[in-house]
This record gives sequence, structure tokens and C-alpha cells, in this order.
Amino acid sequence: MRHMLNPLDFSVKEIDALLSLASDIEHNPPKYAHVCDGKKLATLFYEPSTRTRLSFESAMLSLGGSVLGFSSADSSSAAKGESVSDTIRAISCYADIAAMRHPKEGSALVASLASSIPVINAGDGGHQHPTQTLTDLMTIRSLTGRLGHMTVGLCGDLKFGRTVHSLINAMVRYPDTRFVLIAPDELRIPSYIREDVLKANHIEFKEVNNLDEAMPDLDILYMTRVQKERFFNEEDYIRLKDCYILDKKKMKLAREDMYVLHPLPRVNEISTEVDSDPRAAYFKQVQYGVYVRMALIMTLLEVEKPC
Amino acid sequence: MLNISGLSEGIVLDHIEAGKSLDIYYHLGLDKLECQVAIIKNARSSKMGRKDIIKIEGGLDKLDLQILGYIDHNITVNIIQDNKIVEKKTLKLPRKITNVIKCRNPRCITSIEQELPHVFYLADEHSEIYRCIYCEEKYGK
Repeated sequence: MRHMLNPLDFSVKEIDALLSLASDIEHNPPKYAHVCDGKKLATLFYEPSTRTRLSFESAMLSLGGSVLGFSSADSSSAAKGESVSDTIRAISCYADIAAMRHPKEGSALVASLASSIPVINAGDGGHQHPTQTLTDLMTIRSLTGRLGHMTVGLCGDLKFGRTVHSLINAMVRYPDTRFVLIAPDELRIPSYIREDVLKANHIEFKEVNNLDEAMPDLDILYMTRVQKERFFNEEDYIRLKDCYILDKKKMKLAREDMYVLHPLPRVNEISTEVDSDPRAAYFKQVQYGVYVRMALIMTLLEVEKPC
Repeated sequence: MLNISGLSEGIVLDHIEAGKSLDIYYHLGLDKLECQVAIIKNARSSKMGRKDIIKIEGGLDKLDLQILGYIDHNITVNIIQDNKIVEKKTLKLPRKITNVIKCRNPRCITSIEQELPHVFYLADEHSEIYRCIYCEEKYGK
């Protein structure tokens, strides 16, 4: 039995197989409409999330399976003080696979250690968010036709932004990937990503404050939201929340073949005037997210690919 | 010159950094044992200048070498039987340590689930950096 806690749980070859399966699902949805008949997905969401939870539910329903779960800690036994381990032991009796989001870092690992069904980490605090990463990889691969041989700009909250940490971990495994890390000093990437991931793998990267100057070099611009829920101090949040706003003027500095990605939801960091730009790929990303979660559910449940 | 009587059977922890013996005494839980323990501080050492030594009466089963390896892997563990050193154990930084140090990251799952073991893995042997297995927060020595 396998879990998906971190993008590195799967090798590059396994990720390629997963993305190819997701691509096949994208082009032949009816072929996959009943591959998970009779299977159940539990969505254990201890903190609010509309998009990720619905994406998982949509993915399982599109495979013919069914879903059950909770969408906030208040409506679960966590409100009564139940541990993650005890919850997942009980859920293992109700479902065939679980997707869990929890505000605390490492919670998905704790669940996987106690679980008898595959656990998918749907976000554990500011730590990892592997299915968003798979979504990002599929989006980049589908739009550019490749992974690797590109410059990826990551902009905004690089400190608490788990999507950023997961994406860097995944992208360093592809050849000739360069990073431009655009963040205010307070929200720079954590040292373990800088030291153990980027430097340890001899990856070319630079850390800058200015988005305008970085724009012309980028193949991909990955924007992120400064997340209010990650701050202990509201003053810091207010000071930093609008530090980067992507608008039409900034898009003029970018190449014609650059794509803008965003894990959503956005607040102010991408002006709505950018939405009509053909390089704005963040809503396509949402659709790719369903396909890739379908592929992941099938893979972890060891469901045979239909002929 | 201070004379401490010999040990017919037990353990001598040698080459302890001067001044660290009491920390080790408590980390190893020697204060909770009934056996005789001698702590020698600031002993002369050709290698270290000054060093501390701890002599513990009894067998190796009293010692958690995992903790000792983490605290200071330069310590030499001498096993004494019949008044002779029968074995010298050298310590290594343990790959994994459980419930020796605590994760200080307030966002870590261990901050709200008290029954979880605090487990750290050795992320960088050269820099002696450990990371929490749950949140990957660094714990430098």
C-alpha cells in the first residue's frame, strides 16, 4: 500500500506515468467513468478548502466511486479531542482511500502511519501539498510540452506557501530547471528548501524582491497568495499582503510563450484584467487538477487502466 | 591529585567535553539509578587539555547509547570487567532519535498531539543537523 504525502514519494518515472494517465483521462473521460465503482473516498478536511475538497470529490465521482467526509474540524471528532491517528483508524473501516487536509505540519504522515488505507496529503499546514504539485506539473507539461529546460519564477509568499515548497521539490528532479524566487525579505523560502533542496542539488536559482525585473526571463510565473491564516500577527499580514500585484503592465514585460499559474484562490495578487490574457493558465489548472487527482486515486487504489 | 577508586565492573565515559558531565548525567537518567556513579570534572587530558569522566557501576543496559551519541559522539565508552577495559565503544551520530529532543515548531502536529513521539532524523551529518520527521523543522546542535 502506498500513500502520497510528498511529491518525492513517487519517482520521476512514476510521476511521468501518472501524468500520462491523467492526460489519457483528459482525452477519454467516458473510458474511466466506472473504474472505481463501489470504491469510497473519505475527504478529511480539518480546515476550510473549497477547491481542493471539491476537486477530490469530483475526481472520485468521475471515476464512478462515492465520497464521504467532513469539511471542518468543528464537524469532526477533532472537536472532541480525538487524535489524527484514532480518526484515520476509524475512517479506514469506512472508506478505501482518504484525502486529508490539516492545519498542522506533518499531520498526513501521522495519519499514514496509523492508516490501513492509502492516505493522500491534501495539504498539511505550510508544509506540503503534493496534489497541487501534480496539478502544477500537469499544467506545465500540457501547456509547454515539457518538464525541465525552463526558468520558473515563484512569486509572493514563499515562506508559508506549501504549494511552492512542493513544486520546488518536484521540479528540481527535471534537468536544467532554474528558479527565480521573488518575495519580500520576510517571506523568503525556508532554509531547508534553500540548503537541502536547491543548493544540495546544485540548482541554479536567485532570490530577488523585484517582479518587473524578473519577468522577461521566465517560462513560467507561479503566483501565490499571502495567506492570512499563516500569520500569528495581523499587522505583518496587512503590511505584506499586497506586495506583488500582477497586472497588464507587468504582463507586457513577459515573453509571449510564458504562462501564469496560481494555486487559487487569488485575492489581489493577480488583477482580473490579466484573466483574458492567453497566457493566464490558472483556471485551466483547476481542470487539470481533477484529471490528475483521478489518476492518483486510480494509482493508489491499484485500479487497472481500462483498455 | 584526586584518586577515585577503581571500577571492577561497569562503564567509564571518557573524553567528555569539560563541564558537560552533569548535562550527560541528567540526560542519561543516571540520577534515577541506584548504582554508584562518579563524576570527575576537569581531569587533565593530553588530547583535550581538560575533560570530564563519568564512571558508572554496572552493565551497559543502563545506558542509552542513542542519546549519548546525539549529545556528543566524541565520547568514548569503556566497558570494564574484572578491573580491565574489555571493550571500547565509539559513538556515532544516530540516524534517528526518538524522544530525546522536542520539536519547537508551533505549527508541527506534535504541538497539539502530545502523545506523539518526537522523532528526528539526521539530515546533515557534517553540520550535525537533525530534522523533525513530521514538519522537517531543523534542530541544530
